[in-house]
Amino acid sequence: MSEFTNINLSLIVLLLPLFGFFIVLFFGKKFPKLYLAEVGIITLAFILSLVIGYSKLSTYLHQDILFSFTWIDFGNVPNLGNLHVDLGIKIDNLTVIMLFVVNLISMLVHIYSIAYMKDDSRYSRYFAYLGIFTFSMLGIVLTDNLLMMYIFWELVGLSSYLLIGFWYEKQSASDAGKKAFLTNRVGDIGMFIGILVLFTNYKSFSFDFIYAQIASGNLPFGSEAWLTAAGILVFLGAVGKSAQFPLHVWLPDAMEGPTPVSALIHAATMVAAGVYLVARIFVMLTADAMLVIAVVGAVTSLFAATIALTQNDIKKVLAYSTVSQLGYMVMALGVGAYTFAFFHLVTHAFFKACLFLGSGSVIHSMHHEQDIREMGGLKKKMPITYYTFLISTLAISGIPLTSGFLSKDGILAGTLAFGQLTGHWLIPIIGFSVAFLTAFYMFRLVILTFHGSPRNHHKYEHAHESPFVMVMPLVVLSTLSIFFWYTPNPISPDASWFTSNWITTPQTVVPKSASFDFMINESVESSSHNSHEEIIHSEKYTHAMHWAHYPAMIMSLIVAGLGILLAFTMYQWKKISPDKIADSVKALYKGSLNKWYVDEIYAKSFIGGTIKLGDILSWFDKWIIDGIVNGSAYVTKVFSKISGLFDAYVVDGLVNGTALFSGFVGFNFKKLQTGKVQTYIVLVVFSIIVLFFIIGPF
Amino acid sequence: MNGIPILSLITFLPVIGMILILFMPSKMAREIKITSLIITFLQIILAAILLSNFNYSAGGIYEASSFQFVEKFQWIKITGLSWIGTVKVDYFLGADGISLPMLLLTALVSFIAVISSWSINKSVKGFFALFLLLDTGMMGVFVALDFFLFYVFWELMLLPMYFLIGIWGGPRKEYAAIKFFIYTLFGSVFMLLVMIALYFSASETLADGTTVFTFNLLTLMDPTNYTTNGILSPLNPNNYRLAAYIALFVGFAIKIPMFPFHTWLPDAHVEAPTPISVILAGVLLKMGTYGILRISFPIFPEITKDLSYYIALFGVINIIYGALVALAQKDFKKLIAYSSVSHMGYVLLGMASMSTTGITGAIFQMFNHGTITAMLFLIVGVIYDRAHTRDINSFGGLANKMPVYTFFVTIAFFAAIGLPSLSGFISEALVFVGAFGVEEIRVLTMIGTLGILLGAAYMLWTLQRIFFGEFNKKWDDVLTDITFREYAMFIPLTIIIVFLGIYPSAMLDIMNASVNSLVEFLAKNAQGFTLSGM
Amino acid sequence: MEVGLNHFLTVSVALFSLGLYGVVTRKNAVMVLMGVELILNSANINFIAFSKFGNFSIDGQLYALFVIILAAAEAAIALAIVLNIYKRFANVNVDEINNLKE
Repeated sequence: MSEFTNINLSLIVLLLPLFGFFIVLFFGKKFPKLYLAEVGIITLAFILSLVIGYSKLSTYLHQDILFSFTWIDFGNVPNLGNLHVDLGIKIDNLTVIMLFVVNLISMLVHIYSIAYMKDDSRYSRYFAYLGIFTFSMLGIVLTDNLLMMYIFWELVGLSSYLLIGFWYEKQSASDAGKKAFLTNRVGDIGMFIGILVLFTNYKSFSFDFIYAQIASGNLPFGSEAWLTAAGILVFLGAVGKSAQFPLHVWLPDAMEGPTPVSALIHAATMVAAGVYLVARIFVMLTADAMLVIAVVGAVTSLFAATIALTQNDIKKVLAYSTVSQLGYMVMALGVGAYTFAFFHLVTHAFFKACLFLGSGSVIHSMHHEQDIREMGGLKKKMPITYYTFLISTLAISGIPLTSGFLSKDGILAGTLAFGQLTGHWLIPIIGFSVAFLTAFYMFRLVILTFHGSPRNHHKYEHAHESPFVMVMPLVVLSTLSIFFWYTPNPISPDASWFTSNWITTPQTVVPKSASFDFMINESVESSSHNSHEEIIHSEKYTHAMHWAHYPAMIMSLIVAGLGILLAFTMYQWKKISPDKIADSVKALYKGSLNKWYVDEIYAKSFIGGTIKLGDILSWFDKWIIDGIVNGSAYVTKVFSKISGLFDAYVVDGLVNGTALFSGFVGFNFKKLQTGKVQTYIVLVVFSIIVLFFIIGPF
Repeated sequence: MNGIPILSLITFLPVIGMILILFMPSKMAREIKITSLIITFLQIILAAILLSNFNYSAGGIYEASSFQFVEKFQWIKITGLSWIGTVKVDYFLGADGISLPMLLLTALVSFIAVISSWSINKSVKGFFALFLLLDTGMMGVFVALDFFLFYVFWELMLLPMYFLIGIWGGPRKEYAAIKFFIYTLFGSVFMLLVMIALYFSASETLADGTTVFTFNLLTLMDPTNYTTNGILSPLNPNNYRLAAYIALFVGFAIKIPMFPFHTWLPDAHVEAPTPISVILAGVLLKMGTYGILRISFPIFPEITKDLSYYIALFGVINIIYGALVALAQKDFKKLIAYSSVSHMGYVLLGMASMSTTGITGAIFQMFNHGTITAMLFLIVGVIYDRAHTRDINSFGGLANKMPVYTFFVTIAFFAAIGLPSLSGFISEALVFVGAFGVEEIRVLTMIGTLGILLGAAYMLWTLQRIFFGEFNKKWDDVLTDITFREYAMFIPLTIIIVFLGIYPSAMLDIMNASVNSLVEFLAKNAQGFTLSGM
Repeated sequence: MEVGLNHFLTVSVALFSLGLYGVVTRKNAVMVLMGVELILNSANINFIAFSKFGNFSIDGQLYALFVIILAAAEAAIALAIVLNIYKRFANVNVDEINNLKE
């Protein structure tokens, strides 16, 4: 296939779900079966993305396929020259793998939803929303520039908002949707400012152009600090979308949405977009920026894992585990384990989607019961759900022969190497503790849900295995959590197609002085900056990775095994009472159960503060500013009153006084006015005589 | 096209309609409405003709030769006045890339407002007569290239507005109408002063060789036309240009409305009938920013440069302050009114950047705010017509009761939030891109981006309070989904909002040449004009 | 004794004074009219006297004629008015015909 065909196909893949959105949204009421068209469209998109993926990875393995067009042309701008805003598509290996992942999970979720959402009154609208989500997500994946990234970034935010608040009759659902959108916006502002920094300097949004400029030594505002800032600012977008600390609060609440949505958007794809974004900007991250990212990721993963320990809502546990795993990926990017971060993104997408869909299956059969304390013993009733769930749990815990083992092991090795190279040992320590906690709380979930005896017999009696359309996606996804899709060697990720062929760490464009020394490979530095040069890391790093490989593997196995063992002792064999432990560390238990009170703190500080400020300013507006306006009007009125009085009594008084005086004079002189002509004549003659004497010649 | 005075036609067509209506008996309410509809529709057609004949590469701004559809002839000329000499006012109309978007907007919003006026039943004849007069005033402001003429149109629009609010308004209509009137008149006085001062500071030479003072804006933009000792002459070392600039700016700022001159707006909006709110938000507010771009910027480029930081500062205050106050509102219409304050802040911020992207964004934001806010006020109108209350908290769960309405509301709200793929995003983004590029106002711009968060906060909160949750059974009988007439108002606006969000070039290309020309002109003249050079 | 200008003027003054006295003192409208006639004629005498003794050629006499004609017309109209007043008020006493005063 030619590049041109690839581009056209990818555009079709991009626009198909949008088309589905429109037809289902506008005609869904008239033709209730139209949702099937949407399912068909996504299936078609999936097949096309397979074709593109095959073509790209077979024919154009080391070559990007690019396409762009001018969207806004500002012409010849004074002092700047030609300025235009381009949009475009870039198909590289990252893209095609993401295309495959997004479309596959989207398709499976569509199929799953046919049964799961069956009784909903807004059935077709649900599929329409899934359509616009898939469109937006594909947009993020395909873009070659930051602007389009931001555009689709916001659009996935919209679809996430719509789907979280899908059951908007519930106050909690509409609250959660709003919270998700607003929390994301906080991060997006940072990302937007980061984009502004880059655009202001390079007059382009294109990734490749910006990186080429940085590589040629043209730094933003001429300083490395700004380059670091730009990286961190853009990363803030990922903090929002990938629910990193401190903006993680929206993701657990987002579980208010339908469970398939949680699987698609809030576990597998959209939340991973943040990781994808960091991968996209990876080459321009300075050492400082990477350290910040690694720390944020590490803190998030630990923080969320501690909360997941005590949650009793099946979806909440999964939500916090998602946050934790996303933190893992971000941390991996921060320590430079680029390929493993992306690898983990893919494997996590599959097993976490499987877990969520499995939990959906459980919730569906338990008549919308989500509390694991009401479950137990479901293994017998729902065997397929159980086994798929178990495989995915093994994967997330990092047990050999699963995909999760491969990717996690890579990440842990990366953190170890990072610790060795930079001395930041805290990060690998956090990494291993999280691996332990993950294994523990995931098995706690499995045991409480599926093992043992049923705790709510009434609900248990009615539980049943889900229909085929719901089980089929589970099977597909759990199969994808097994190693052989990724590598022939089940114990080492090094041989996987991902790390050895498809995804390689791109050469950093950051100046030497601002970069980790191990990120720079002296041998390729002088040659062209093609992002697909074979080996990018320095020998030092390769060496460190090699050194870290076996210790990491062994230690991760040990901690995961310990975690599982602990979970079994506490919940299966009941050798240790969880309540006793909770009692002994009451404060910690309470904190974890209440999510360390982050929501409460935000509600009191930021949200409450903003609303309070709004109230104060509103008061200020009404009484002070408008008070001045009305006051000046009042003062004017008072003045007019005073001048009115002045007018009435002084000015008019003068006038009336004059009149009065004339009246008085007239009254007295009236007597002269006899009406007798003769009197007048006498007066005239008299006057003439007097005048004659006055002005006369005498 | 040369023979037809198309700008005069589009400006005075409503006056013809007004005369027609005045001759109709007041019983023919329906016919009066149809006449107004036809007149405004003809305006849209004329605007479309303007657009199709528009030369995209002509700059305009300061260059008389690159203005389009120019009409210029002597309007008033009084010779031989002892100390003034000759008073000469031209009837000078022209369009460029800055005025054309505003003309399109005015035509569109007027048409929509007429549709929305269909429910007016109180002295229909007077309403539409005044409405059409208002229409002429608005059009005139956007085409006038003579300061005197500009001022005439500016004041012309004031009086009908006063009556439209004062007669057809809500419970506190008198207060609101008078507040609006006096506030605007207060600004106009400043404008008048500056206009006269400018008049005596610059002169142009006529064909017959005599030199006369002039109100011609293009002449006033050229520093070489100023007399050496005019009080606003840049050549005069003791000039009062800074004071004049501030006075003129205040005159325009009241209209925008800029903090702290904004308090007339919520009152006027809350009391005005829906179509008048639509006009007020859709077109009238733009006159302030248009005036700044058309008059303040090119005539006082060096002071604009000096004060650009403060313009940006007030822009950011508007953004943040408007959004925060909107957050506290319980009255739906007041909330939208304050969101207008916030959104007009973006326009100020964009203009203050004095860059192509920023000013393009500002003008585009003017247009988008016109369409989006018009739609928002129509939305308030729909619910107010049915429920007779605008208290946000008294509603809830309307999404199920009025799904089509909710659909349009969602689009309008998200457009106001600045969601990509809807037009508001492009303009806001361009404003920020432009403003961020200027070092002095970079920090302000970063603070301003908080506006997009706060905007989302109050909009989504409102959306939730009115449309989500449990339906309030109280409204079961009155709240019905939108009618055909309301469809007719929403659909054109929705199409424009979506279309310009996806293909902004349709509008940006119109203004591009003019904006570039303006930016170049500002850059060239911003250094000021020193005596030594003469 | 030669009759000179002064003699004429003396007669004229006497006549004017008598006329004025009549106008001022008489209550009867007809008598007032007669006083006016006397005044006019005193003026006539002045005209003619100055015409004779001054350098005014014949102009004075022409004016005198003119005045006589006017006096005749005036007397006719005035008497007609007096007659009408009498018809209306049954009285020609000028003191009592003061309707304009109020």
